[in-house]
Amino acid sequence: MGDVATRTVVEIQGVSKIFAASGQGARPVEALVGIDLSVAAGEFISLIGPSGCGKSTLLRIVGDLTAPTSGTVKVNGKPAPQARRDRDYGMVFQAPILFDWRSVQGNVELPLEINGTAKAERARRAAELLALVELSDFAHHYPWQLSGGMQQRAAIARALVLDPAILLMDEPFGALDEMTRERMNMELLKIWDRTQTTVLFVTHSIAEAVFLSTRVVVMSARPGRIAAVVDIDLPRVRTVETRETEAYFHFVTVVREALRGDEGGQQPGSTDARRVAAEGLSG
Amino acid sequence: MTSVAPPAQPGKRRGDGMRVRIRDWGPPVILLTAFLVVWEIFVQAFHVKQFILPGPIAIAVAWQTYLPELLDAAGYTVLEIIGGMIIGATAGIAIGAITARYRSMQDSLMPFAVAASSVPILAFAPLFNNWFGLDNQLSKAMIAAALCFFPVMINTVRGLTNVDPAAVELLRSIAASETQVFRKLRVPNSLPYVFTALRLAATLATIGAVVGEYFAAPRASLGQYIATYSAFLNFERSWAAIVFACAIGIGLYVLVSITEWLAMPWARSKREWS
Repeated sequence: MGDVATRTVVEIQGVSKIFAASGQGARPVEALVGIDLSVAAGEFISLIGPSGCGKSTLLRIVGDLTAPTSGTVKVNGKPAPQARRDRDYGMVFQAPILFDWRSVQGNVELPLEINGTAKAERARRAAELLALVELSDFAHHYPWQLSGGMQQRAAIARALVLDPAILLMDEPFGALDEMTRERMNMELLKIWDRTQTTVLFVTHSIAEAVFLSTRVVVMSARPGRIAAVVDIDLPRVRTVETRETEAYFHFVTVVREALRGDEGGQQPGSTDARRVAAEGLSG
Repeated sequence: MTSVAPPAQPGKRRGDGMRVRIRDWGPPVILLTAFLVVWEIFVQAFHVKQFILPGPIAIAVAWQTYLPELLDAAGYTVLEIIGGMIIGATAGIAIGAITARYRSMQDSLMPFAVAASSVPILAFAPLFNNWFGLDNQLSKAMIAAALCFFPVMINTVRGLTNVDPAAVELLRSIAASETQVFRKLRVPNSLPYVFTALRLAATLATIGAVVGEYFAAPRASLGQYIATYSAFLNFERSWAAIVFACAIGIGLYVLVSITEWLAMPWARSKREWS
């Protein structure tokens, strides 16, 4: 990683989001309050927290799909709207959102068509990405001919085809079964390792967050805020065996306690979590 | 890796497709034949009067005897039907596309379009004859066009607007322009809707033209042919013309289906597959 790791890709400062009251008697909802977070190049950051903690909203604010009520988001030093216009984002949602009428290759080429890349270059680049996600044999298939996991890999290929500054993933494996999910985790780490992309990843799963991330951001609900930031000090290259190491279980426990600390409301998280949190925040 | 086997080669699938087609077509053909046989036996056995219900053989004989004039009449009517369909469908798609583009137009226009599509437009047929000429093909084509217009327009609007919001968001995330969203997402999304409407339009245009001719048209048109020989109690000749009208309606329907099959290869393989 070296000096690459020190370059800041995403800088979130004082971001709050208040959803206006909808309907009579409803009060405005504070989805996010005072979020500060910076993401360095090459990092894999997971946002984890209970439903309603605003983790998806935060991801959408970073991707400029929702505007923050206050605060700023900068990507590569540019305001988020500018970054979106410059096509600095690759996004993967919970559903693969592949277009029925396009082949797998056609779906991966879509962003290249949008930015006006020539046909030959589109095909070359799509082939490269399909090889990366190991779907080369399925380039000319239609999405419905693929399994759920393969569809999501195609979606990842599409998200990476423009070589984005940051990959934003909103519970991408949430709809998959546990076994497929674990396999997809391995695939994603392989892709991350090869592309050196920076990833911001929203998940419900503690195991997934710890296994994938360099840092786990634990969020709490009502109002949504960052409760702890846990540095996952595992080797960058992770294998199936990583899930069985003591260090892995240690971090799973730390994250779980940080989440539970939040449930109690007043109850502070474990000292370990808070210490790591402090390190993470200052870092 | 996932263990999903790649699907069979296209060549192999085409063979399967042919077998599927025979399996699909067999039962209806057998049923139709059985129906005609029972009809004939019924007419013969109960000595049903010709002016109440002629048997299929009598109709077939009339069909063959009067084929030249039936062809003339059918040729005249089919032009009205196709002309009307082209006018109605083109206007429906164009106005539907404009309506889909503007929220305010959708809100103001769609209720009327939906209401208009449940109005019996055929009731206006005599008026259309007054407006566009008693004796020409345009008046009947316009009835057909009016019948086609509303379903095509409504389905065009629906197809262009009923897009997955997540897909719009995905395109937004890569800074796609409105035009690109329209071309890459809305138009392909609308195709199944539009073709559904066009299949309906094929039937409606046939009804519109033939019924329009009942009120006023030259002798050599299917509608007048049916009306005239019914009046003369020469029912097998009316029936022969009705068979022509049916064939035109079914033919157009099949034509639209083939166009759909060609225009949407993704849906085609899906149907064959499942």
